Amino acid sequence: MAEQLLIQLLIGLSSGMILALVASGLTLIFGIMDVVNFAHGELFMLGAYVGTTVLVATGSFWLALLVASVTIALLGAGLHITTLRPLLGRDPLTTILATFGLSLVLQNYALWQYGPVARKIQEPITSQFQFFHIQFPWYRIVIALLSAAIIGALWLFLKYGKYGIWIRATTQDRIMASAMGIPVPLVHTAVFAIGSAMAAASGVLFGPLVGVNHAMGLDWILKAFIVVVVGGMGNLAGSILASLLVSLLEAFASLWVSPAQAVIVSFVVLILTLLFRPTGLFVPTPK
Amino acid sequence: MTAPRAATAYWIGFGAVLALLIAAPLVLPEFWRRFVTEILIWGLLAMSSDILIGYTGMISFGHSAFFGLGMYGAAAALLTVRPPNLWLALLYGLIGAGVIAAFVAYFATRLRDIYFAITTLVFSQIFYVIIFTWTEVTGGENGLTFRQPPFSVPAVLSVPFTPVTLHWFVLAVVALSYLILRRVTQSPFGMVLQSIRENEPRTRAIGYHVERYKIVAVMLSGLFAGLAGVLYALQNKFAAPDFVFFLVSGEVVIFNVMGGMGTLVGPVAGAAFFLLLREVFSRFFTEYYLIPVGVIFTLMVVFMPQGLLGFLRRRLNQ
Repeated sequence: MAEQLLIQLLIGLSSGMILALVASGLTLIFGIMDVVNFAHGELFMLGAYVGTTVLVATGSFWLALLVASVTIALLGAGLHITTLRPLLGRDPLTTILATFGLSLVLQNYALWQYGPVARKIQEPITSQFQFFHIQFPWYRIVIALLSAAIIGALWLFLKYGKYGIWIRATTQDRIMASAMGIPVPLVHTAVFAIGSAMAAASGVLFGPLVGVNHAMGLDWILKAFIVVVVGGMGNLAGSILASLLVSLLEAFASLWVSPAQAVIVSFVVLILTLLFRPTGLFVPTPK
Repeated sequence: MTAPRAATAYWIGFGAVLALLIAAPLVLPEFWRRFVTEILIWGLLAMSSDILIGYTGMISFGHSAFFGLGMYGAAAALLTVRPPNLWLALLYGLIGAGVIAAFVAYFATRLRDIYFAITTLVFSQIFYVIIFTWTEVTGGENGLTFRQPPFSVPAVLSVPFTPVTLHWFVLAVVALSYLILRRVTQSPFGMVLQSIRENEPRTRAIGYHVERYKIVAVMLSGLFAGLAGVLYALQNKFAAPDFVFFLVSGEVVIFNVMGGMGTLVGPVAGAAFFLLLREVFSRFFTEYYLIPVGVIFTLMVVFMPQGLLGFLRRRLNQ
């Protein structure tokens, strides 16, 4: 039993880090421009698809990861300029509607372009290590560390980078930042692009574990939303902790119930959070 | 325009549309008759969510749960009680949707704006997972099929539905629901809902218990959504988990935005518009019709936030 728990701990931690990568893109976009990006799961999915295409063409997984992130970042920037910029200053709820429309288009585009059959991304590292009675793939450890590295780099960039400081200034006071000469619309577009790139990167990284299909975004966007609400919306550290918490609980729950039902665990966490800490579990002082 | 004349014009318009819809099944071919009936049912669902989106300013992404529970409630009545009874199906469906709505309302109304939207979405997915995996009771992925109950007035008559009488029955339920919802939105209760939409802190400051009003609004909305679910189950003789999936909720939001939020009639028009678009585009794009429809929807959000009938908003709410 104890080994079972340890195995699930490792699985939970590694998928938790991927979820954290998706959720931090989402929470970054929300925290900075009050946009709830319903199309985030679709960017995740399209990233994985671009990854498969590049992988087939070049055979290099790491190149696929890079190209997918850049492509989806450009796509994200384009989407932001065409649909979200005109909505600046309107009710934030309209951004949910607009991005929901985008997600419908992108998802069906992927279905049309790539067909309903799931594709497989070959993992770059196939070696495994002995972990109690099972062979645990190194790849899961690598993606967890890689996600942590990407999130860490984002944090450093926001904290010390010049443009990172621009981004934080825009979050704090849009009008003041603009008065100080920060090109606020450009910052918004850049943030959307960064968030999109993170979604795409997590799509490529997670592709080898689940297979790539047009509906994979749905599951992820829902989980990412849960995590973002549980962690406190717009709170980066909170989303990461919540991702780990939810993924660990789901991993442990799947010892007893089927994976389809294990999803309910994260729903229960959400309900309990809403009941007792509606502003989020990891927010120091409720507003 | 003076008030009595506006009211007369309104009722003339209402009567004309009603007369057209009564006559529709007699003149339309089978395919389009069914199409109109479906528009009415989806229109009722859209109207029910307009109470939240248009009047209270809360976007619900979870209406598929209420709709689906209405369907499964009707299925429960029609499969367990012999002989199948129409009114019992309605009652069970409403109870199913009402219980779920009370549950969702209690938790979700603690949150505002996007948090509300996400929470309702998550709740509808909970019910989806439960229905999808609880195969012994709900039939799982395959859903439940049943026979259509006859139209009955207890101890007076019992005649099986024909496509035309079913259309009239649906029309009667939808028209009645519209009148009730219209009356509700014009009542003091409806006014409080609209003032929550306009300025929630001020409504609270005036002394209204905002949460209580929101809970009642969600329950009301859920009940009518459940009613639409019962009608859909009656027409199609099945209940399936696909209708609990959140994409249905998304479609309902699309109906509202396309038709014009806060008008009650607008969402019905939006449903008609959406279903027509789907019909037209699926001839060219087959199952990928959501690509052009999604583009049109996004464009409407950006450039036409009032929707098709939004310009009538003031008139319709007089």
